[in-house]
Amino acid sequence: MDGLMQELVARYNYWIYVILMMIGFYAMIGKRNLVKKLLGMNIFQTAIILFFVSIGVKNQGSIPILSKKQALEGVADVAQVINPLPHVLMLTAIVVGVSVTGVALAVLQRIYKEYGTLEEDEILEKISKR
Amino acid sequence: MIWQFDLLILTLIVICAIGALSMKDLLSAAIIFGIYSFLMCLLWAEMGAVDVAFTEASVGAGVSTILFIGAILGTSRRSKD
Repeated sequence: MDGLMQELVARYNYWIYVILMMIGFYAMIGKRNLVKKLLGMNIFQTAIILFFVSIGVKNQGSIPILSKKQALEGVADVAQVINPLPHVLMLTAIVVGVSVTGVALAVLQRIYKEYGTLEEDEILEKISKR
Repeated sequence: MIWQFDLLILTLIVICAIGALSMKDLLSAAIIFGIYSFLMCLLWAEMGAVDVAFTEASVGAGVSTILFIGAILGTSRRSKD
C-alpha cells in the first residue's frame, strides 16, 4: 500500500495531465460558446503534449545536446540524456494544432456573419426557424 | 527536472485553464489562454524539451493568441457562460 502511494505521488505529471484533459473535455462538451469550445480543444491538445513530453523525462538528465568532446569520442552516457524522440513528435503536433485553430477561427467568423451570434443554442434556434 | 518548480508551474497551469474557461469576456479569456501557453513553454524548458519550448513560445503562445484576438475583435466579445 505504501509503495502504491509512492508510485501515485511520484507520477504527479500524469495526474495533472489527466486533470487538464478533463477540463478541456468538459469545455468542449459543456460550454455553449463556440470560442470557449475551441479554447477547450486547445487545452486538451496541450494536455496530450504534456503526457508525451513527460514520457521522455529522466531524473537528473541533461538536455539532448552533446558537447563536442562527447560527440567526437562517442562516449555519451545514454542513461543521463533526456529522450528526444517524443519532443520531435510533439513539435509536429504543436504546428498542426495552430493550423487547426486558424481554420476553426475562420469558420467561426463565417458562422458569425451568417447567424450574428456565437452561442450554440441561439444558432440552433435560428436554424430550426428557417 | 526540479520537482518543486515543476509542481508550482503545473498548479498555475491548472488555475489558468480554469480561469480562461470561466471568463464571461472572451478577450480576457484569450489573454489568460496566452498566459497558459507561456506557462506551458516554461514547463517544457524546465523538463528539458528546449525545442518544444521555443516552438510553443513562438507558435503556440504568440500566433494562436493573436489569431484568437483577431477573431474575437471581428465577431462578438460577450459570452453567456
